[in-house]
Amino acid sequence: MRAFRYAKADDPGAAATLVAGVPDAAYLGGGTNLVDLMKLGVLRPGLLVDVSGLPYDAIEHRPDGGVLIGGAVRNSRLALDDGIRRRYPAVARAVLAGASGQIRSQATVAGNLLQRTRCPYFQNTATPCNKREPGSGCSAIPGAHRDLAVIGTSDACVASHPSDLAVALAAHDAVVEVRRPDGIERLVPIHDLHRLPGDTPWIETVLDPGDLVTGVQLPAPPDGATAAYRKVRDRWSYAFAVVSVAAVFRRDAAGRLDEVRLALGGVAPKPWRLWTAERRLAGTDPGDDEVRSATRAAFAGARPLPDNAFKIDLAADLVAAVLRRSAS
Amino acid sequence: MSAGTGLARLEGRDKVTGAARYAYEYPVDGALYVWPVGANVASGTITDVDASAALADPAVVTVLDHTNVPRLRPGVTADQSVLQSATVAYRGQVVAGVVATTAEAAREGAERVVVRYAEHPHKVTLDPDDPDLESPGTTNAGFPGTSVKGDVDAALGAADVVVDRVYTTPPEHNNPMEPVATIAQWDGDRLLLYDSNQGPAAVATAYGMLWNIPREQVEVVTEHVGGGFGSKVWPTPGSVLATVAARVTGRPCKLMLTRQQMFTMVPGRTATRSRIRLGARGDGTLTAVDHDALQYTSVIHEFVEQTGSATRTMYAADNLRVRHRLARLNLPTPRVMRAPGKTPGMFALESAMDELAYALDLDPLALRLANEPAVEPATGLPFDGRHLTECLTTGAERFGWADRDPTPGARRHGRSLFGTGLASSMYPVYQSGSTATARAEPDGTFQVSVAAVDIGTGARTALWQLAADVFGVPPDRVTIHIGRASYGPAALAGGSAGTASWGGAVRKAATQLCRRLAEHGGAVPADGLEVTANTDIDQPPPDRSRHSYGAHFCALRVDADTGQVRVDRLLGVFAHGRPVNARTAHSQLLGGMVMGISMALHEETVVDPRLGLFVNHDLAQYHVATNADIRGVEAHSLERADDDITLAGGKGIGELGIVGAAAAVANAVFHATGVRVRDLPITLAKIRGGSN
Repeated sequence: MRAFRYAKADDPGAAATLVAGVPDAAYLGGGTNLVDLMKLGVLRPGLLVDVSGLPYDAIEHRPDGGVLIGGAVRNSRLALDDGIRRRYPAVARAVLAGASGQIRSQATVAGNLLQRTRCPYFQNTATPCNKREPGSGCSAIPGAHRDLAVIGTSDACVASHPSDLAVALAAHDAVVEVRRPDGIERLVPIHDLHRLPGDTPWIETVLDPGDLVTGVQLPAPPDGATAAYRKVRDRWSYAFAVVSVAAVFRRDAAGRLDEVRLALGGVAPKPWRLWTAERRLAGTDPGDDEVRSATRAAFAGARPLPDNAFKIDLAADLVAAVLRRSAS
Repeated sequence: MSAGTGLARLEGRDKVTGAARYAYEYPVDGALYVWPVGANVASGTITDVDASAALADPAVVTVLDHTNVPRLRPGVTADQSVLQSATVAYRGQVVAGVVATTAEAAREGAERVVVRYAEHPHKVTLDPDDPDLESPGTTNAGFPGTSVKGDVDAALGAADVVVDRVYTTPPEHNNPMEPVATIAQWDGDRLLLYDSNQGPAAVATAYGMLWNIPREQVEVVTEHVGGGFGSKVWPTPGSVLATVAARVTGRPCKLMLTRQQMFTMVPGRTATRSRIRLGARGDGTLTAVDHDALQYTSVIHEFVEQTGSATRTMYAADNLRVRHRLARLNLPTPRVMRAPGKTPGMFALESAMDELAYALDLDPLALRLANEPAVEPATGLPFDGRHLTECLTTGAERFGWADRDPTPGARRHGRSLFGTGLASSMYPVYQSGSTATARAEPDGTFQVSVAAVDIGTGARTALWQLAADVFGVPPDRVTIHIGRASYGPAALAGGSAGTASWGGAVRKAATQLCRRLAEHGGAVPADGLEVTANTDIDQPPPDRSRHSYGAHFCALRVDADTGQVRVDRLLGVFAHGRPVNARTAHSQLLGGMVMGISMALHEETVVDPRLGLFVNHDLAQYHVATNADIRGVEAHSLERADDDITLAGGKGIGELGIVGAAAAVANAVFHATGVRVRDLPITLAKIRGGSN
């Protein structure tokens, strides 16, 4: 572990100033991902600027029915917020489905969104990894990839985005508030926040150096909609999703889905919206087979590997289970 | 009498308040920190160790490699011969060590050491068609590699029904909470270690061998240990490196492994592949049992998991053959883990028995009862207590087995499929000679010392109770001292034999002290009275089949949409004789059952065959059961069966609870879903019909 400097930012401007011109600087939120990767020698920043004390720690329920979640809000507090639990239950459930109580109490909302995509080889400096050492090759594609992504991947990288929260936020069409180093605010739809690996798997978001995630806007949920989060994992606690789904949906009087938004976790390098499936299902009262078929169709561009191809059928079954009438 | 009651652990309060001091926490002046560097190839020869970048940091005192360290004598395992050659036998093998004034500097220094290799081809896959497989003469714990009774092939040919299946278990790692930790300090040719291990006396012996000094010159202090499960039975390479570093620098050296290092610098369990063939008559009488067990060892040391050994003791069959074969792979030498041999072997045998029951259309309980042997099947030795039948029938009654419909995949409520399964359990009764000292003080108190270790089992409290009962005094008048090699030769905390072995010595010393006191008319001399006793000559001859037995009953549900398993209930009934401490004995049985569920559903060290790498080397990726995975675990003990089999009374308890539990889970998964998973762990993907 490389020796590093630590500074605590008192205000956003100071944070931007501290990291400006320091190429190996990094913002520090809860540290639950960054510090782990530093201990492993995967990330070796020379300067950490602690932004956890900046005034982005409120959960503000707005008159328009939406909510602004501060970037420094701890995950555990988000999950316990009464308004979130009542109006965005998929968000609360997603947070509680992730990590452990200790980690949730430490981790921040911004840090959760910006955690690195996961792959055992990325975390092991003894192995080749294009994300860690550009051009060194991907060890996971010919190696252990059972838990990794099946869609949105490239020949360079198949790491998956591990966040539960981000999946729920994607189903709610969240917008990420970013403060640029010059102080100007930039709004990034969550669907556009993460980049697919392509030929540059080490670049995981659209953020520029010095950009600071200050909050997440959630629009008001559709009136009368159901919001669900269900996570399939290999044990019942403290495990990343094999596949997870966040669903925000509503049926009309005839039982047809007049609103349906579906996002998956565990399958891609980012929270993965099932746009095509949503379009196919909207306005219908689908049975399990129709839901499965629509979900599978959304994986038309998938690049499954031998040991993770099962995730596609699992996703189809999971979406069917969540949209099933008896389940809602 | 305090024995049999559930006195609270002596050190319980210290542990939960953080007052208990573990090996790494001893204050030592002027200590240096050691960080091992693991090999970055799976097979090869070191051509160069470039330490210049590491040594550029003034906090780095020295970098050790095979060219600049003292020669060690051969140890108990070849893995202990740290930095003794340029040969790399497996990825992660210690190839250098950085010694620095802080742990952080040592760790960073280890990142900066550049080791270059001539890489050789490697082999890391357990393959039944590997042309280089060996047939070892003996396995771990001294079992014969091969045993044959009757003519198995002929009996299989003549059987009405044959089950012929292959069952596999993956490599697994023990993963105690406390990693390997050592502080090593030399004073001339005397070595002092604060060390986390499963037997300070054995550790002293091992370091005596390595450094060619009498074991009496090695003091090992092991007051508290945060778990071992077999991984800390013998010194591991990191700890040996600490003694090397201390020797070279002349200063105390501290080492604690990371969780990642715990996968390659500490042994785990071999993968196993068991082909089981069972032949039976139509009425359920077993006529042939064949267990062909394949496991691996490293290329530098032979360790043979006794995978088939349990099969020799379980069911009556005129024709019984158990064979072991061994592959030599470029992986760390596997060693003992949570009922070595018995756990993977009984997963195979007890799964196959379930399959046979279905093939015969017999209840799996009835099948087992019908094949209860009168003597140990492989050897003909008489049993020294068995009670398997009683465990099975008692368990069936408590569990509500009688009304079970055997049809697989037939119980669906909502989106859940429900199923039940059972399996037998067994574990050998081991015991070995130990030394204990008992001392009477003039004030009416007693001191007892034995080189025992409490790895979380409650051994310290049990030994204290045993001593008090011999003295006939309340336990608070006895002080028990454990965890020092200088208390004399003693057994390991292994083979579920610790308390029996140490307890036997404690009882003997206490009994002799009472006799001496009686000779003194009951009066204690002013300087006290002390007796040391050893039980080497008190061990029973191998003229009986000595094991504990038990039975597991599992109820679970499987999500029909996803394949996720939820174990609702695991009930065990065990025949182990009188426990010394009812509370800690019960905890051990429960802990074993939890490990069984964990093995069934979660535990797997994933091997990357291309890189020769243990991939998932941390506790986020190597899954063990969490609290959320465990519900409804019940352990029951048969009353007063076999109370005088060991010198401490009842039989060992530590590993009995795990054996067979994975098969009970697998059998219940089949009953719930109709899917037979023969390759552990039972993942949702396998239940859904895949191989992952």
